[in-house]
Amino acid sequence: MRIFEDGRLGDTLRSLAAPEREGLKRRDFLKGGAATGFVLALQLPLGNKATAAPASAEFVPNAFVRIAPDSTVTFVIKHHEMGQGATTGLATILAEELDADWANVKIEYAPANTPVYKNLAFGAQGTGGSTAIANSWPQLREAGATTRAMLVSAAAQKWKVAPEQIKVSSGVVSGPAGQSAKFGELAAAAAKLPVPKDVPLKDPKNFVIVGKQQTRRLDSIAKSTGKAQYTIDVKLPGLLTAVIARPPAFGAKLKSVDDSAAKAIKGVKFVVQVPEGVAVVATGMWPALQGRKALKLDWDLSSVGPKSTEAMFADYRKLAATSGGAAANRSDQTAAQLKGAARTIEAVYEFPYLAHAAMEPMNCVAWLHDGIVETWSGHQFPTFDQNFAAKAAGLPPEKVKLNTLVSGGSFGRRANSWSDFTVEAVNVAKAISKLPGGKVPVRVQQTREDDMRGGLYRPQYVHAVKVGLAKDGKLAGWQHSIVGQSIMAGTPMASLIKDGVDETSVEGVWPTPYALPSPSVELHSPTQAVRPLWWRSVGHTHTAFVMETLLDEAATLAKQDAVAYRLALLEKQPRMAGVLKLAADKGGWGKKMPKGKAQGVAVHFSFNTYVAQVVEVSLKPDGQPRVERVTVAVDCGVPVNPDQIKAQMEGCVGFGLAAALYGEIEIENGAVKQSNYHDYKVLRIQDMPVVDVHIVNSQEAPTGVGEPGVPPLAPAVANALAKLTGERVRRLPFARHTFKSA
Amino acid sequence: MLNIKINGEVREVDADPYTPLLWVIRDELGLTGTKYGCGVAQCGACTVHVDGKPMRSCSAPAYMAGGRSVTTIEGLSSPAAKAVQKAWIDLDVVQCGYCQSGQIMSAVALLEAKPKPTDEDIDHALSGNICRCATYHRIRAAIHQAAATLKA
Repeated sequence: MRIFEDGRLGDTLRSLAAPEREGLKRRDFLKGGAATGFVLALQLPLGNKATAAPASAEFVPNAFVRIAPDSTVTFVIKHHEMGQGATTGLATILAEELDADWANVKIEYAPANTPVYKNLAFGAQGTGGSTAIANSWPQLREAGATTRAMLVSAAAQKWKVAPEQIKVSSGVVSGPAGQSAKFGELAAAAAKLPVPKDVPLKDPKNFVIVGKQQTRRLDSIAKSTGKAQYTIDVKLPGLLTAVIARPPAFGAKLKSVDDSAAKAIKGVKFVVQVPEGVAVVATGMWPALQGRKALKLDWDLSSVGPKSTEAMFADYRKLAATSGGAAANRSDQTAAQLKGAARTIEAVYEFPYLAHAAMEPMNCVAWLHDGIVETWSGHQFPTFDQNFAAKAAGLPPEKVKLNTLVSGGSFGRRANSWSDFTVEAVNVAKAISKLPGGKVPVRVQQTREDDMRGGLYRPQYVHAVKVGLAKDGKLAGWQHSIVGQSIMAGTPMASLIKDGVDETSVEGVWPTPYALPSPSVELHSPTQAVRPLWWRSVGHTHTAFVMETLLDEAATLAKQDAVAYRLALLEKQPRMAGVLKLAADKGGWGKKMPKGKAQGVAVHFSFNTYVAQVVEVSLKPDGQPRVERVTVAVDCGVPVNPDQIKAQMEGCVGFGLAAALYGEIEIENGAVKQSNYHDYKVLRIQDMPVVDVHIVNSQEAPTGVGEPGVPPLAPAVANALAKLTGERVRRLPFARHTFKSA
Repeated sequence: MLNIKINGEVREVDADPYTPLLWVIRDELGLTGTKYGCGVAQCGACTVHVDGKPMRSCSAPAYMAGGRSVTTIEGLSSPAAKAVQKAWIDLDVVQCGYCQSGQIMSAVALLEAKPKPTDEDIDHALSGNICRCATYHRIRAAIHQAAATLKA
């Protein structure tokens, strides 16, 4: 139970933090030179030394804050903005300790510079595992407080008063005799002062921004007026657009290309072969697409795979029944416990591949010029993207300049240890740079179909579980076998797989906050030609479903209330029990429901955040569930930005519901069946339930909210369906089943 | 040559008349607020107004815009549009924001046709606009708020 006892950083990627843990002392953050553990462990060279370039007259106390003479405060945001609100959240922390005027806050995204802007949970520069707020909390509080202290010192010297007599509020520094100065007026003097050490942080009871509702998203105006700039919107002189003709199946190899018709299309400039396929480079998207259509390509399909989704499930079921997998938790007692149990539940669960299907299909602009390669994209993992771009370009990493833009969603897709969309853009830019007129920037834009069919999915999984119950209904034995591809295998993160166990395959089953009777948890990690990837809440997407539906079933068999049954297993987990009780209370758990409608409940711990959900479900005439209402209780420590926590819980509910209802990528002879939103359905407005969010007012250090709202949703709905129909869903999505009221 | 009246201005474009209006708007006219999401009129990120009616520009050949008036997110100016955008900002509807130009175009067209929409009206008018961040809860609230301000 180490995770719950040490109370530190998040689970999916927690292991990446190991080299940092001892270094989590406040002083190290601003120095930026502490252990770079993960990066060094991977033997990836460090990035260049650039920090965000300041204008000369600015006060630049550290890598995160700049104050201009006109009092504009610029915060440098080290995390990627993909909708989850990291920008606003990190700015909130800085503004709080600095006592900045929110109306004068501007933001800028950090350049690639691993030592300075690394995620302290990973040791690499990147965003994921719901760690942005959690890892930045002490770091940015200190950055803000230190800056404030320097402004106070500058004012004290100017007014010849003691620093203790000075107050700061909303970007104005005030002295005891009515002296007053805006930040900008003190910037030049503050810049000459030494950076103080161990500046005290605010007492949380004096917070004026953190935890308050009035802080608005910094990007709402740009995103409500069409002005926000995404990768697809980048404009550069001479910029060309490329689309790539990609293999029609995983493992297909290009035999021959006839590009004569493609080259004849007006606007097509180049056709080049790259490792990803054949790129058609044109003056715009439409000629590029026309050119791609005109290519005559011959593919060798002799070694494509996997054979089919169903064959994979058959293999996985067989593996799940085979002992000898890697042990995530070993127990010698399980066999005897199950033998002695009064009754057992045996269940085999099946989970399909899932695509992220972010609204902005993957893309990147690359340009080889002046001995460097420059890229523009939603670079969610700059450390990886910089190094892989360097490798593709044949340049050292310091010759790679990343320009990070906001992205039109990611849900894990833009955070990958392959840097696929960055690498393919560099490959195309490099290929055309050798041709006359080709030393220009190029945007490689995936179409929706490219994006949908390109792999990098939430892996397909099978769980086979035997649960023993004693006569009194208590859990008496737990045997759990998990089968699915490892996300970290074959990537620079492979070294984090311990004794054959990729933590992201088992998280949520083991470790678990529930007091299970010494469970036996085994893992098989087969390999496939389809690359797997994290997908919003990662392993918890399937483990929470299994755990929360099984415990519900156990409670039913034990003739006990589903909430009470769980609470009995959570006696040593007050925060987990707390959200469960809160959701049950606010959601009216146990109230009499009208005919044809049932409640369901689930609670899950992920990324160091606790979320419980109570759902109300009915059936549509077509036998599909309608989720009418979701009551969410969340404990994520100090609620830095309550409205953004609410927004993430709402979004997680919608995202989780889409996957539960219809999410499924199927494969036939190595080719992906789904192609676009008509056959890979995602949630639309008419299926969005009412979401009612309740946030625990905790004083614990803040933890993530981008993912933890996803895992409980599907099992809560399944539990309601079981009540409504008597049917226990073992295979997702729900669209595979037709439900009838019992 | 195509003549397209966009955001009140007639622009001449040298493009194949069968080019989807979306790519003319983005690549030829440089207006990037209108987004590409699916290319097959499934997601609504490319929604513009043609003679005031919402249209998926990814699936409309550019020649169809001839003689008609096209409005993109950059050209919104009606009272309904202002009310919608204000409500969007007040309620912090956006997350990744990529779909929101299209959502707003559909919402404005709805309010211009139906100043007091019900939840069912909203579902009907916005069901063609996907938001993968699932901001639907706030989209609905923002449309109701905009309707209330317009009425006041």
